[in-house]
Amino acid sequence: MSKLLPWREVPSAGWLEEKGNAEEYETGDWRTIKPIWLKEHCIQCLRCFVYCPDSAITAENGRVTGVDYKHCKGCGICAHECPSKPKALEMVAESADEL
Amino acid sequence: MQERIALTGNEAMALALKQINPDVVAAYPITPATEIVQLFSSYAANGMVKTEFVAVESEHSALSAVLGASAAGARALTATSSQGLAYMFEVLYIAASYRLPLVMPVVNRALSGPINIHGDHSDSMGVRDAGWIQIYAEDTQEAYDNLIQAVRIAEDPAVQLPVMVCIDGFIISHALENLEIMADEKVQEFVGPFTPRRPSLLDLDHPVTVGPLALFDYYMEIKRGQAEAMRKAKPVIKEVGQEYGRWSGRKYSFLEPYQLAEAEIAVVVLSSTAGTTRVVVDELRQQGIRAGLLKPRVYRPFPQQEIKAALGHLKAIAVLDRADSFDGFGGPLYKDIRAALYEVPDRPRIINYIFGLGGRDVGLDDIRSVYDDLAQVAAGEAPEFSIRYLGVREEAL
Repeated sequence: MSKLLPWREVPSAGWLEEKGNAEEYETGDWRTIKPIWLKEHCIQCLRCFVYCPDSAITAENGRVTGVDYKHCKGCGICAHECPSKPKALEMVAESADEL
Repeated sequence: MQERIALTGNEAMALALKQINPDVVAAYPITPATEIVQLFSSYAANGMVKTEFVAVESEHSALSAVLGASAAGARALTATSSQGLAYMFEVLYIAASYRLPLVMPVVNRALSGPINIHGDHSDSMGVRDAGWIQIYAEDTQEAYDNLIQAVRIAEDPAVQLPVMVCIDGFIISHALENLEIMADEKVQEFVGPFTPRRPSLLDLDHPVTVGPLALFDYYMEIKRGQAEAMRKAKPVIKEVGQEYGRWSGRKYSFLEPYQLAEAEIAVVVLSSTAGTTRVVVDELRQQGIRAGLLKPRVYRPFPQQEIKAALGHLKAIAVLDRADSFDGFGGPLYKDIRAALYEVPDRPRIINYIFGLGGRDVGLDDIRSVYDDLAQVAAGEAPEFSIRYLGVREEAL
């Protein structure tokens, strides 16, 4: 929703008829800590992809490709679930210059 | 062809509910509203209605269940009173904001504390700004008629707002009165089939998000739309009241004046106390005193212009509130009426009484004393005042 609608054009009670629009709501700036994906440690088990509550682990052709920082809230579930040793996902402090 | 029978207010509401035959009723018992859903649950159990009856564990759940059912495309109702209404508080605002056409009988009862089961208006007055339409009934006939009309008002495409149909606890809910009732099929014909906003909430090809987050980007625009719906409810309430009149012989509008056009002094009061007041008006008229009465039927939306037109010519008005605002200024009805008369150039003098709290009886003598005070205020022999407690014990002088 890039252009803000005047009140008469807003769907009644704000009911939304479009599907999948959660993607348009960027929640990346909620983070205080962020996951770093370490490709060299990743065993491609896709656990992080399955467990991420915000679908913020990106994958292509069945392989993890990284983290979608526009939507990742920094909850740390991916790093917690990562079974590889050493872990392929590490939580680090968010710093303003990295955003 | 109408049948004339004797019913209590609760029985009349339960009968209207049965004739409306909604898709879903979810409810939790609370005195003095219990009978409405108790009777209705036996109609459901005996297959006299097609309704899915949901016995829930609280009023918060009752309203949440009918809210969900309504959003999913069902005609859904519940009923409550007092603490039950208070327990629904957060869901009331959500139902109005989601623009769901729910209908709910509210049997007015005092709020705790002290704990009390009898009639006053503190429950529904406490939620007067929740965004629900509020209609108050004087007797069992009006309770029945208002409930049937409420379905049409709520579901009008221009409105789509929930409606409370209020009656006085015990005084009306438990008192037997004669009333005229319609045949089931006539009620069905009047309310018509339910047209849900969407054919089905569970349509995977046309999904919808109900109640999305709206922060500083959209919250105000959605609330502005909600306010507009309440404004649009006014002509609909009037139209439905007229149509109901053609259909039943009993026409309804926002206000019911009695001996008001030629009056100099008048009482403004909601619900059953209007009946007591009408008797006193008749007495005073026989004595040559130009007394009148205004009974507002619709409180939300507030019929400001109609009130101004009905009361503007009077010398003095007493507004009787069956709920206190505890603000040192006056009861809720008093403040709204007073504000409505602000634009009248030579405005009437206005006084305010808080009465009947916790079901404290208000008799003819109480109302006579109000008109006595009014006569003095109108003559300029006594000052205007706000908040006088009618019928409260004072120390002997």
